[in-house]
Formats: sequence, structure tokens, C-alpha cells
Amino acid sequence: MKCRKCGQKASVNMRHHKLALCREHYLEWIPEQTERFIKKYRMFTRDEKVLVAVSGGKDSLALWDVLWRLGYQADGMYIALGIDGGFGYSSRSQQLTEKFAAERGLELHVVDMERDYGRSIPLLAESTHRGKGKPCSVCGLSKRHEMNRLARDLGYDVLATGHNLDDEAAVLFSNTLNWAGEYLIRQGPVLPESPGLARKVKPLCRFYEREMAAYSLLRGIEYIYEECPFAEGSTTIFYKELLNRLEEKQPGVKLSFYVKFLEARDGGLFTLTPEEAKAALHTCPSCGQPTSAPGKCTFCRMLDVVSGK
Amino acid sequence: MAVKLTLRNREFEVRPGMTLHSALEKLDILPESVLATRGGELILEDEILRDGDEVVLVAVISGGGA
Ligand SMILES: [Zn+2]
Repeated sequence: MKCRKCGQKASVNMRHHKLALCREHYLEWIPEQTERFIKKYRMFTRDEKVLVAVSGGKDSLALWDVLWRLGYQADGMYIALGIDGGFGYSSRSQQLTEKFAAERGLELHVVDMERDYGRSIPLLAESTHRGKGKPCSVCGLSKRHEMNRLARDLGYDVLATGHNLDDEAAVLFSNTLNWAGEYLIRQGPVLPESPGLARKVKPLCRFYEREMAAYSLLRGIEYIYEECPFAEGSTTIFYKELLNRLEEKQPGVKLSFYVKFLEARDGGLFTLTPEEAKAALHTCPSCGQPTSAPGKCTFCRMLDVVSGK
Repeated sequence: MAVKLTLRNREFEVRPGMTLHSALEKLDILPESVLATRGGELILEDEILRDGDEVVLVAVISGGGA
């Protein structure tokens, strides 16, 4: 197969775009397309300060690399979760993230759950009895809270995460199986800012996971290849495999599932009930972030349980 | 001799002369879920695998929250 731009041997073939590219042209194409989607969905401008949530994985590091190459003001934040899994999952991903930042002269903020809150994510989950033996819900909750806290405290205009199209399609698939209208209406490339909450954007939401892996490989980005030990056997992975089986027979089906959903949503397919629209009107007295019920938010209540308050 | 493929800590062997796509199909590995490299270079599904080739498959699916 040959590169559409130069006729050299292609390194990546994207059946859903009927497009094959060589290494050089692929490394140009990804940033060009990212720029296109940042503009299309009005994510942010070059005058705004972007905080990229980096995990040490292929997607978030590739996102940071691309934003830096495109000339955006993008700093990184890393949350040390304290997950070991027998191979130092968290410490290894932190090392890779720090190395990435140092090599490019980029600024990286680190939140360390153990240092800053006294407990790693697995221990937090254990001592608060949340999540039925798996720390994933505590992890998600803590990440969302800390990302938002840092963005607000340090004066960033927008928070960017490395979610790719496969991530978004898996969430969409799950929400559709449950007809979770409240979630469906909020899923998209941009979650606008609201009182107490920073704007959140997903600049990679139109790229297949395979495309981001190819970008990281061809760019020579060293990322954590091992899976989070708690993600093994997760529903997300199962849904992604199902969707890939479909994609194998119908190239482009994942992309159109997501893109047509966005179009339908913007066309008014879903509406919020008055109760749903009123949600998140309260402010947590402890951290100042919005919460759906009066009193402290879930994160701060969790910390109270840990400290025995 | 044969063609050797590895994916994480699993090892496979196929006959030379088939395409990467046929090899993946035979091994029941979804082409969408992997990238294939040979000698550090990405190869595409129409690549014909030769005797002695060592193909490293890179899993692209991850389940954590980015
Ligand atoms: Zn080319």
C-alpha cells in the first residue's frame, strides 16, 4: 500500500478514511486534524492556557506532544495514584511522564494522592468501602476532583484529556444500552465551563485508539504499555472489543456511531427534565466545587471518612 | 523455519507466505485491536510474511480512564 501524499510505502492504513500514509505524512496529518477539531468544536484558542491531564499512557502523552507542536500553551498535570500491580504501574508511568516533559522543556504539575491526602487510591477505596473491592470509582472521582481543583487554583482556562474515539464510542455504547439520557446529553468533545467547574475538552475524540498508538510509536513517544492492573476484564475493554469486531466488518462504523450521535444530540434528540437541569446548583463548603446535593461533595465526604471525622 | 508473532507475553507461529491479515485471522486476533511491527517498522495488513520474520504485535486497546 502506498502513501496517498507521496507514493512511498505506507506505514498506517485507515480503512475508515480510505487513507494510507507514510510515517512522515502521518506525523503531519495527526496534528493537522487535531487542529481542525479544536477549531470545529471551538475547544480553545492560542491565547488560552490549557492544562493537559497526562497519565503516562499513549493517548495523553500524544495529545500533549501534538498541542506543544501546534504551539498551544499546554502544561501537564499528573496524578500519582499509588497503584503498583506488582510492576510499579504508577511509579513507572510517572517516570515516563516526567521524562517526556523534561525532554521537551514542558511544565508538569504533580498531585500525589499519598503525599497530599495521606492515602493511595487503592487504600482510599479500601478505607471508604467504595466500589466493591475495585478502586476504579474512587479513582475516577478523585481524578475529576483534582483535575478541576488544579485547573481552577492555577488559573487554567481549560482542561484537556486524551480520550480517543474508542473511549467515547465505548461510553456512548454503554449509555445507549442503558438509555442514560442524563449522561448522553452531556457527552461530547466540549463540556463548557460552569460555576466552579473548568471547561473540559477532548481534542483526540475523533481519532481511533489505533491511530493514537500509531502516532506514539512513529513519534517515538515512550509510554506505559502495561494496562492498569485494575482495568483487566473491565466492561470498557469488552465494549471496545465488541465495537472492533463490528469495525472489522464495517470500516467506519465506530466513527459514524459517535459523529452521528453528536449531530443528533445537537439537533435536540435529548432534553433534560427540569430536575436534571437544576442539578449541580450547590457548592461544597469544603472545596468550593459544585455538587448535586447540599453539603460537602463526594470527594470531600470520602476524605472525612478516611480521617475519621 | 516459520513466522513468529508475539503479542504481550503470548507467542504464535504461522506458515510463511501468507499476508499479515490472514495470519491475524488465523490466530483469531482482531486487526483493529493491534498494530504490527517488524524490525521496528510498522507493517500493513497486506504485507506478505516471510520465513524467519519476527512480528511484534502492539495491543492498542486500553481500559483505564485516559
Ligand atoms: Zn508520504
